[in-house]
Amino acid sequence: MLKITNLKVELEEENKEILKGINLEIESGSVHAIMGPNGSGKSTLSYVLSGKKGYKVTNGEVELAGEPILELEPEERAASGLFLAFQYPVEIPGVGNMTFLRTAMNSQRKFRGETELSAADFLKLVREKAKELKIDSEMLKRPVNVGFSGGEKKRNEILQMALLEPKMCVLDETDSGLDVDAMKLVADGVNALRDKGRSFLVITHYQRLLDHIKPDFVHIMADGRIIKSGGPELALQVENNGYSDLLAEVQ
Amino acid sequence: MPLSQKLSDDLNQRISSLKLPKNNTKKRCEALKRIKVMGLPSRRDEYWKYTNPSLFNDLFSDKNVVIASDDKLNFDSIGCFKLIFTDGVFDQESSDSLEGEELELVRISDSSEDKANWLEDFYGSLEEAGQNPVDRPLAKLNTAFATDGLALRVTGKITKPINIVYNETSYRSDVNLHHCIKLEQGSSLTLIESGSVSSRLNKVTELEVAQDSSFHHVCAQTNNVDKIVSTHLFARLWENSVLKSFTLTTSGALTRNEHVVELKGNNGISHLAAACIGEGRFHHDDTVFVTHEGTHCESRQVFKKVLKKGAFGIFQGKILVKPGAQKTDGYQISQSLLLDDDSQFLAKPELEIYADDVVCSHGSTSGAIDEEGLFYLRARGVPENTAKDLLILAFLAEALAEIEDTKISELLLTYLERSL
Repeated sequence: MLKITNLKVELEEENKEILKGINLEIESGSVHAIMGPNGSGKSTLSYVLSGKKGYKVTNGEVELAGEPILELEPEERAASGLFLAFQYPVEIPGVGNMTFLRTAMNSQRKFRGETELSAADFLKLVREKAKELKIDSEMLKRPVNVGFSGGEKKRNEILQMALLEPKMCVLDETDSGLDVDAMKLVADGVNALRDKGRSFLVITHYQRLLDHIKPDFVHIMADGRIIKSGGPELALQVENNGYSDLLAEVQ
Repeated sequence: MPLSQKLSDDLNQRISSLKLPKNNTKKRCEALKRIKVMGLPSRRDEYWKYTNPSLFNDLFSDKNVVIASDDKLNFDSIGCFKLIFTDGVFDQESSDSLEGEELELVRISDSSEDKANWLEDFYGSLEEAGQNPVDRPLAKLNTAFATDGLALRVTGKITKPINIVYNETSYRSDVNLHHCIKLEQGSSLTLIESGSVSSRLNKVTELEVAQDSSFHHVCAQTNNVDKIVSTHLFARLWENSVLKSFTLTTSGALTRNEHVVELKGNNGISHLAAACIGEGRFHHDDTVFVTHEGTHCESRQVFKKVLKKGAFGIFQGKILVKPGAQKTDGYQISQSLLLDDDSQFLAKPELEIYADDVVCSHGSTSGAIDEEGLFYLRARGVPENTAKDLLILAFLAEALAEIEDTKISELLLTYLERSL
């Protein structure tokens, strides 16, 4: 589903190399987790995948379902099936959550040459998905993420994911700022979306999210590289011993 | 002090083309006398520093002649009483009848006294009060020379909004229009103004809102491509009265909208808001002066401007709290969204407070489109231009929210969505 080949990325303004040759292949329907200490380049990877400005790709290629995406605009990547759940979902005062969701859905449909959803169909769909995520109608009426608690923001991200039905979901530290109950709710939302045709890349610091979203593979990232890959047991090893053992091993 | 030779010459030239209409003669003569002392506005006046008044002062020239484009904005779906002006002249035959409504309507040009004896005292009186402490010569000029306008005395709750529709057919028009609106105790009216009056317009509205009355005003300056427009709203509010005025401007070479509000009674509410979007040859000036005299009054000023391709925005807003106007709640925000490096916004927020138990705040910002918000929208599949439009509308939302009737604000929002 997602194939990253020797990806090297610099910060545009500082000429500082953040990603130093990432290789990663995610099969359709599988869940991969990336763990790593602060500053290892995890969030940068998620931003580069989704096409944020400010990063310069100096080498490598990224393919989504066999198509190269690095030349695409963020909205084209989204319409092609890539979804980034933000670590810090952005507040947009003045734009109603419903307007936002409908504009996003219909923009993607239009891009793919599908018919746009009618207001009534959209409303029905949103209400159904929102209910599953315990998002009340008041939250849907408010401006995007404005005045939302940390948990509400993350649930709103998952709601968008559920509506947009992407093929490849990148979750950037979705557990940050969440209490145990909120994390479980979010994880349930993600698990409900697990599907043969949908892959996940879960970026996290901690094992605890992976207790709820069970990964097929775990990768450890440090200093812009993936230094070790393995099964779920790798996450447990990090939880018990921290990153220092693994880092020492590599050095 | 007599005017300098230059200012005197400029004034004489300006008024040489104007004729004093034969009604409200006493008030007009007084106004003429005053303008001869005051002179026309000049760049040296504190409140004309950022807007060059010469296009208002000069003799009307053929260079300024523009014919209106089709106005895509109409308020028909709201269900209004329509009052039609054509080239600045009231067209009674084309207008809806207001029979059965609790109001009197005459034209200011109608001099027969039995029709509206209140008008004789009213005409020019609020404008004159608004000349202190700052001269407003264009309004004074208007009081002397205004050729037409409506005098409305409202005595009850008007069942539907009144929509003054300005139509334009003339290729050469320079109009002075003057409306007088008096809401008697316990009455209410929503007034919408739309369309374009003339190539150059000087419009004055005098408004008195009596105790327990409310006046809602929406003015759409959406059909003013290349026009030169000066408007003044002079409002006086008594106890428990409400004024909410919103102006939308999407075109106009030069627009200066002045709001002068006196909160005379206690517990009055004045909300002034405006949203403008302009590009290129677009100079937009909001000049506001709100005076608190009564206690427990609330005033809000919410002014938003979206500017691009060299457009120029000005905001000069003042809250004056007089001694004794305790428990005043004053708020003022002026913001610009600059879509490129060529556009400019200048703001001069002022507070002058002589009472000690008040809450007054003001803020002014200029900024570009929020890149984080833009990326967030695009990452969800919203194309860049659509995302920018969404953020522009979001920026204007606070001003539009000041419109009481959501049917009207939704109509304006739809218009903006379409025209972006």
